[in-house]
Amino acid sequence: MVCVTVLTLLTACAGRGRVPVAASDPPSSGNVLSREDARHLASRTGFGVVPAAVAHWTGRTRRAAVDELLAGLRDTAVTPPPAGIDRYVPSARTGGRDDDAREAGREQAQLSIALRAWWLREMRETPSPLTERLTLFWHNHFVSSQEKVRSATLMYRQNVLLRRHAGGSFARMLRAVARDPAMVVYLDSARNRKGAPNENFARELMELFTLGEGRYTESDVKEAARAFTGWGFDRESGVFRFRPAQHDGGVKTVLGYTARLDGDAVIDRLLADPRTAEHIVRKLWREFVSPDPDSDRVTAVAADFHRSGHDVKVALRALLLSDEFWAPAQRGVLVKSPTDLVVGSLAAFDAEVPDYAPFALLVARLGQNLFAPPNVKGWPGGEVWIDATTLLQRKQYLDGLFRGQDLGVGAMMRAAAEDRAQKLLKRGGPQAAARLTRALAGVRLDADAWIDRLRARPEEWRDLVVLDPVVAAMPAAPSVADLRALFQDPVYQLR
Amino acid sequence: MNRRRFFKGLGATAAGALLQSPWARADADFARVLVLVELQGGNDGLNTVVPYADPLYRRLRPTLVLSREQVLPLDERAGLHRALEPLWPLWTAGELAIIQGLGYPDPNLSHFRSIEIWNTASASDETLDDGWVGRAFRAVPPPATLAAHGVVVGGEDGPLEAVGPRVIRLSDTARFLRQSRLAAPGGPGSNAALRHILSVEAAIDEAARGLDTGIRFSTAFPATPFGRAVHTACEAIASHGGVAAVKLSLGGFDTHVGQAARHPRLLAELAGGLVALRAAIMELGRWDRTLVMTYSEFGRRPRENLGGGTDHGTAACHFLAGGRVRGGLHGAALRLDRLDGAGNPEQTTDYRRLYAAVLERWWRIDGAQVLGRPWMALPVLPA
Repeated sequence: MVCVTVLTLLTACAGRGRVPVAASDPPSSGNVLSREDARHLASRTGFGVVPAAVAHWTGRTRRAAVDELLAGLRDTAVTPPPAGIDRYVPSARTGGRDDDAREAGREQAQLSIALRAWWLREMRETPSPLTERLTLFWHNHFVSSQEKVRSATLMYRQNVLLRRHAGGSFARMLRAVARDPAMVVYLDSARNRKGAPNENFARELMELFTLGEGRYTESDVKEAARAFTGWGFDRESGVFRFRPAQHDGGVKTVLGYTARLDGDAVIDRLLADPRTAEHIVRKLWREFVSPDPDSDRVTAVAADFHRSGHDVKVALRALLLSDEFWAPAQRGVLVKSPTDLVVGSLAAFDAEVPDYAPFALLVARLGQNLFAPPNVKGWPGGEVWIDATTLLQRKQYLDGLFRGQDLGVGAMMRAAAEDRAQKLLKRGGPQAAARLTRALAGVRLDADAWIDRLRARPEEWRDLVVLDPVVAAMPAAPSVADLRALFQDPVYQLR
Repeated sequence: MNRRRFFKGLGATAAGALLQSPWARADADFARVLVLVELQGGNDGLNTVVPYADPLYRRLRPTLVLSREQVLPLDERAGLHRALEPLWPLWTAGELAIIQGLGYPDPNLSHFRSIEIWNTASASDETLDDGWVGRAFRAVPPPATLAAHGVVVGGEDGPLEAVGPRVIRLSDTARFLRQSRLAAPGGPGSNAALRHILSVEAAIDEAARGLDTGIRFSTAFPATPFGRAVHTACEAIASHGGVAAVKLSLGGFDTHVGQAARHPRLLAELAGGLVALRAAIMELGRWDRTLVMTYSEFGRRPRENLGGGTDHGTAACHFLAGGRVRGGLHGAALRLDRLDGAGNPEQTTDYRRLYAAVLERWWRIDGAQVLGRPWMALPVLPA
């Protein structure tokens, strides 16, 4: 049902946005997509593969399909955010030990669960899953964590900011992120003052956000930190504040350029450096194409990206139209992240989910606690997602979905281990636990009807995996056991 | 955060180091088990091994103070909290080493960050990806005959975190054996990601076969969460093939309020679990091949707060127990007359010297290869 709406919207959007054509356009972009190609495109640009999406892309040319995807990119969410999320509560009021502070802290914890649940819903229901995939990509690039920021509101505002620029100008996004209160707290800009510089933001700006590791000196970091002194935020209102009295207006030298630089001037220097574009394109490659970026192709795409004024669409379009993207050897070489697996499988099973809170905890338990990446480098992803524990948890979840029971989530909630998910739950108090129980009871999943439909349409059940299974059999007329085995097959973990 | 990533270049430098290293010919001994016990939340070292004779201690702890009568004196200065009395037989048998003042320079007071430092054996200003034990297993792979390289019974993988080593998280052996039926080992993989998943499927399968022993211990394990975790840990150690490392975790040490009631309960739960562990391992006849080590993100502030508790501190004492341990007090006690701006003492013994002892004297592998540079191993185990 959801898919039909999605596709109607997609088709309606098609052709409206104009995507600049880059000089590096490969000549082969006139190719028509087979069902396998369509499945590949859907698995890389959405969360999971649903047969309706595969059917939609099949028969289109690569260029038409990619342009339609890019034209459909959004800059806002379609689903309403959690109630009360935009009311900023200063962290001083939630961090204390008296009863009021405890209650405020519990409310923040509940809000933070609601925030995660909201984003999962958005991933599932948006007409442009690619928008959310990009937003998640930027969340893992411009990392901030609620563990340090301690405000669901500031984390939400950062998420809105990242979505606004997700498929737009990287340059504008970078300038906005540097002023984003969650980032200001997370990388200690608020403590960066004239005479007592804090280098945290300046270092990560160069190492992670722009140039990449080893492409600057310690002196560049020190000097850049001085340029950002005075960039703080108002603890009462939670908005960005420049404090001239704390700003070091002296002469600085960054990357060989000497002037009375301020923060924006440093950002301009970093954007002007072609290595920034290369760093971003290499990262986009790992997200969308393969774990091993091709250096020559990266350089070519980065040059177009740089020339376009850092238009993310230009880079993405070039990558999605590259021969490397479509090469048969690159199918199924990426590991599904926990959100891919959880959201994608709910979509595959056509589950009706009134409240995604339990799935937010499941995703956290599988290693991807949204809004709280493990450190400033973000989730390493790839093979790191899968260890013996998370693989078994993934399989239990899938088996639960398949049997229409428990969704593998109830088992998780009963687990006594103190892990990320349990911590979230504990902080939220009894109300959070009650919400989860209600939410789980509200999930509607007709596994039998779904299985019957798939058995009647073998071409659709083939869409569930992007590679041939290594353990499960794929007969023309699958039995229930065949279908169950397909979800347990190692290739189901790949995209 | 200054992040060095020296382990990326490990392959080349390690090969060079091995040429002159005394470890080049020594065989790593992974028949010896390391049992890691994480005291989550930051254990109050000062009220664990108590400087009962220090007048400064009494002044800093007006209500939480433990007098000479309330401790088991280890010498004329330090005494063990009475709640740890079950460990007394280990102390008198010389099977319990107490290392004082463990920490690292430029201490971080965040739970999250400081445990990350301890887990990865990093300096205060660097971020490393892998846990120190996981890194050891990558540098010197344990034999394929083990049921698993590591078993995590509680909490995060922490020190065992790394891609590659076969690490299994278990809370209940029987439940794991049921779940493991979902594993689908088989077939060659056509790409690296698929090959990784297939290797994990195989690891689950191997662990399940190893753990399926049906063993029954005659030791009575305490009916506490930690006691149950110890039971599971013993089942893992008793598995066919065995394991090289087990990680346990006991939570609740973040005693900002009401410490006088909570802390003794936690220490009693710890001691009860550890003596049960020793008894069960002795049933297996493997106490000589077992080493238990506690660790925690930090100690607690010497000056108690106004809520009858203690805030985040820095260095603290930790325990090492086992049949081959050199019992006694090691390392220097904390100096309570020299506190930093936050009111915390300076570490006297870098925690990486303890890790070096475990790597070099227990498993017999090159500590520098895992820790990035040589650290002088603490003499807590025979050389």
